[in-house]
Amino acid sequence: MKLSLHKTGLLALAFVLSFLMIVPAFAADTIKIGFNLPLTGDIPEVGDGSKKAAEMYLKDINDAGGLEVGGKKYQLEFVYMDNESKAESAVNAALKLIEQENVVAIIGPNSSKQAVPAGGTCNDNRCPMITPWSTNPDTTKDRPWVFRAAFLDPFQGPVAADFASEKFGAKTAAVLFDVSNDYSKGLAEIFKAAWEKKGLGPVVAFESHGTKDQDFSAQLTTIIKANPDFIFVPDNYNQVALIVQQARDLGYQGPFMGSDAWGTPDLIKLCGEQCYGNYFSTHYAAAGATGATKVFIDRYEKTYGSTPADYAALTWDSIGLLVQGIQNAGKVDSNPRKERQLIRDGLAAIKSFDGITGKSKFDAQGDPIKCAVVVKISDQGEFVFEQSVCP
Amino acid sequence: MDFIIQNIINALQWGSFYALIALGYTLVYGVLRLINFAHGDIFMVGAYIAFFVAGFMLGPALGLSPMVTFLLAVPLTMFLTACVGVTLERVAYRPLRRKGAHRLYVVITALMCGLILEYSNLAVLGASRLKFPELVHKTIWDIGGVTVTNLKVIVIFAAIAVFVILNFIVTKTKIGMAMRGISYDKFAIPLMGIPIDQIIVFTFILGSGFAGLAGLLFAMSYPVLEPFMGMLIGWKAFIAAVVGGIGDIRGAFYGGFLLGFIEVGVVTVFPSTYRDLFAFTILLIILWMKPTGLFGMPQSTKI
Repeated sequence: MKLSLHKTGLLALAFVLSFLMIVPAFAADTIKIGFNLPLTGDIPEVGDGSKKAAEMYLKDINDAGGLEVGGKKYQLEFVYMDNESKAESAVNAALKLIEQENVVAIIGPNSSKQAVPAGGTCNDNRCPMITPWSTNPDTTKDRPWVFRAAFLDPFQGPVAADFASEKFGAKTAAVLFDVSNDYSKGLAEIFKAAWEKKGLGPVVAFESHGTKDQDFSAQLTTIIKANPDFIFVPDNYNQVALIVQQARDLGYQGPFMGSDAWGTPDLIKLCGEQCYGNYFSTHYAAAGATGATKVFIDRYEKTYGSTPADYAALTWDSIGLLVQGIQNAGKVDSNPRKERQLIRDGLAAIKSFDGITGKSKFDAQGDPIKCAVVVKISDQGEFVFEQSVCP
Repeated sequence: MDFIIQNIINALQWGSFYALIALGYTLVYGVLRLINFAHGDIFMVGAYIAFFVAGFMLGPALGLSPMVTFLLAVPLTMFLTACVGVTLERVAYRPLRRKGAHRLYVVITALMCGLILEYSNLAVLGASRLKFPELVHKTIWDIGGVTVTNLKVIVIFAAIAVFVILNFIVTKTKIGMAMRGISYDKFAIPLMGIPIDQIIVFTFILGSGFAGLAGLLFAMSYPVLEPFMGMLIGWKAFIAAVVGGIGDIRGAFYGGFLLGFIEVGVVTVFPSTYRDLFAFTILLIILWMKPTGLFGMPQSTKI
């Protein structure tokens, strides 16, 4: 008798628990959005910055009573999933968000290395995905469910090449890139093609390294022997810090040109004075911003005590895009599958978007056409606006 | 010509780190017949200890000059890292040894200890990378087109000095003789009145202490620290030690430099994608020809 009482108690508990778990699924007045972010691994700062921007956006919407779609207000719910800055984990995180968390759309992954495989997963599972920071064309190519907020490498590569040839008066270039990173490899190849098309001089050295490498002296020795006018390094900030230092140790005095993956305050923390005076192309410049961009930057600085990097701003814009997509859909379906279809159509209907990283128009592929800026790392370690390049 | 010399110097610096870490592997293996897979992570802990030691000494509390900090950080980092190694031995390896556990379980324990060190670091300090302060003011010497920094010279000499010291301790001192004795027959050694536990602790002090030195020098040469920095380099150093003939000090030393030379050489000639493929193919071929490693002796099992 005692035993059966015990059993009944357990059964009741199980009922209550399962009821508690079911309830959120029935609650139709929340919209659940997933985030596929690199919170640990090679580029944890990127995940952290994106999450901070998202938290700010979430607070704005929910404090105002929620997001109004079709005359009804819905609370937003953000689910953050760590992809460890790895390609395979990004796919797992995307699957988890879609199948277990039942999110209606995913923002992220940030880096192309994760966004290209995760984009495939989202497209196959018919879940809309917006990558804030990925610039590799493959992320959205032939994938109607995948969108992005950043410009593309086929645009960024020539920007870097043009700028370097003008600013440094360079005739020859060298490239050092991460061969196991889609972003770095793709951009390096596009840059090489753009540089050679200019017909100034050849790319005298085209060297690669692996993601976990810490010693680049062999590659840099080859590069320095080829005597280039500048070195293009489309790498993540943590590797840039080591590459620049080792190049200086090997006696290289010339300039470096970087890409948008440099744009992290951590670059200055890790690289220090050795990175001062170099340039990189990026999505926006925090110093000297105006309008809505300035409002965002001031708020971010006030809340978190640091300047938002480009991925934070792009995450903000990605959420903005998604919100517009949801509103375009006009109604919220309680079935996540149907809701995903509605959101995808809503996103595809966006023709232009005015975000804090600039105005953009969307082409047939779902890629924005927007301006890039070239930033100089000043002697105080700040990213200062140098030039704006529009397509 | 200067291109080749430059790459030889690059390889010497890179190989120094392999050699320093491989020496720790080989020392523990030589005495205990235990592959201490946590050694690469002890190296990582050494780098972090060096970071905090240097940060404390440069900081407002003491405000020492970078050079003094460096000179004090070397013994202090070695001491503190040795404490970590000894703690591992006390907590993980000694209880297993007392119970007479099979060698396989000890190796698995070592792997787990390594993961615990990595992930406890990740949990405590977070995923963000740390920047190691510059302790030695860097001077770049340009000798006929070949550039050498004083830091590279320090690293290469440190590796050679550690090798000489360890070789002396193991072959010329009484405690070294005891270490070799345990390696030969750990059941007979206590009968000779040799305190086996103390000798093993001493081995861990030596191995971990020099891993701490390697961590400090590595952090100075590549000043970006992250929790998983010891994993890959630790495995490669272990392979270098095996190729050199694990258990033999000379083997670890030459094996470390050999791997450094092969890696830098492959990158110089081929695209970097081939680096690990070629490097480890060459090492595999060496093991085919001499399965005991370059300096290893074949072991016969006694019944």
